[in-house]
Amino acid sequence: MRYVMTVSPDFPPTKIAGWYIFNTWLQRQLGEHIHLELYQDFASQRDAIRADNIDLIYANPFDAAMLVRERGFVAIATPINISDEAIIAVSADSSIHEVEQLQPGTRIATTDDPDVNLISMIMLEPANLSARNVETQTVDTYVLVAKQLLQGKADVGFFLRDAFQGLSRMIREQLRPLVRSEIHVIRHVLLAGPRLQARHDDLRQLLPAMTADTKSNSVLVSLGLQGWELQGQEDTEFMIDLMDTLVD
Amino acid sequence: MQDQERFAMDDMKPENVQEPYTTHLLHYYDGTSRHVLVKDEEVPFPEGKLIVSRTDLQGVITHCNQAFVDMSGYTEEELIGQPHYILRHPDMPKAAFKDAWDTAASGQKWHGYVKNLRKDGRYYWVYATIILNVRDGQPVSCTSVRRKPSRKQVDACIELYARMKQEEAALMKQEVR
Repeated sequence: MRYVMTVSPDFPPTKIAGWYIFNTWLQRQLGEHIHLELYQDFASQRDAIRADNIDLIYANPFDAAMLVRERGFVAIATPINISDEAIIAVSADSSIHEVEQLQPGTRIATTDDPDVNLISMIMLEPANLSARNVETQTVDTYVLVAKQLLQGKADVGFFLRDAFQGLSRMIREQLRPLVRSEIHVIRHVLLAGPRLQARHDDLRQLLPAMTADTKSNSVLVSLGLQGWELQGQEDTEFMIDLMDTLVD
Repeated sequence: MQDQERFAMDDMKPENVQEPYTTHLLHYYDGTSRHVLVKDEEVPFPEGKLIVSRTDLQGVITHCNQAFVDMSGYTEEELIGQPHYILRHPDMPKAAFKDAWDTAASGQKWHGYVKNLRKDGRYYWVYATIILNVRDGQPVSCTSVRRKPSRKQVDACIELYARMKQEEAALMKQEVR
């Protein structure tokens, strides 16, 4: 049988090769044919999930609820020491120094990354801002979010923390973080679908053991991960409940 | 959510609260009472953080994150196993909590602004959301997440809650008569 793996479209573009290397490693370990399908955006990935085309997914926490509660996916593992945190940044010379200074009509530059948008909008609530009274410009990449700020086309930009830190030094020096999230429990998670059920236990054995040998460890390095830790179903349910409290 | 007879919590201790403070006797829904010590000093909500806790269906804390511990002033050991009303501030009307628990118990999400009381008598405002956790179709617990509130909304709530407290006090007087 041929299985399909996909990755949340918010992964850093520099890690594309890493996911292909991981997929090759996984196929060898499981002795299964797994095709890696990468989607340009969240909407097309969700269409593929709803069409039951996906068997293994490194999922954005925002999508985990739908995958677990509607599509029967099960949590396998989550990357060690990596949580999804957001940074709201302004241009370095902006007169805005506190969230509370922002006014209705604030222009926001952002991507379609759903959990970053959710966390960032929550961090704007103390200024009485919501989707109803801001102007949102959605662009394709975090570099373009930075560009909107630097060109004065946006007042604030929403960034995944790791993406912000991955911007070139020259760009970062022209920006200033206004507020950073410190939530810790919202994390990407590797979920396996019902067709792969017979291999769930194998995945749970293989992934945490990747740090044990040099070859597997180099696969982790190519993904930019320190390793995988097992994620219990209740841990995932808890994260989904938490996400649920954040969505109005 | 279900009434359950339990032992009363200890009164707040003067050694944990710097003077000046006022003393209030709070009566909780489960029939217990406790003296709390209250200072008129706000602690700002930490930027970028969420305060997260989980309770069982009786409102007893089973999990709390570090932000919860830090803002409450209690240790995690002091919090786990205690009823959530350990943080109840005397300025909060009873009706607000009844609405919260009734709404969550019915499976709906509850949102509201809450003034919480710390172990050291100071207070902090939150925008809270409570949901019922359902597993295999059965309610098993509640998750509560608090985030930094809008000052404008807090100011509106200060007035609203003061009015509600006056109404509650007037109703109690009538009942006594």
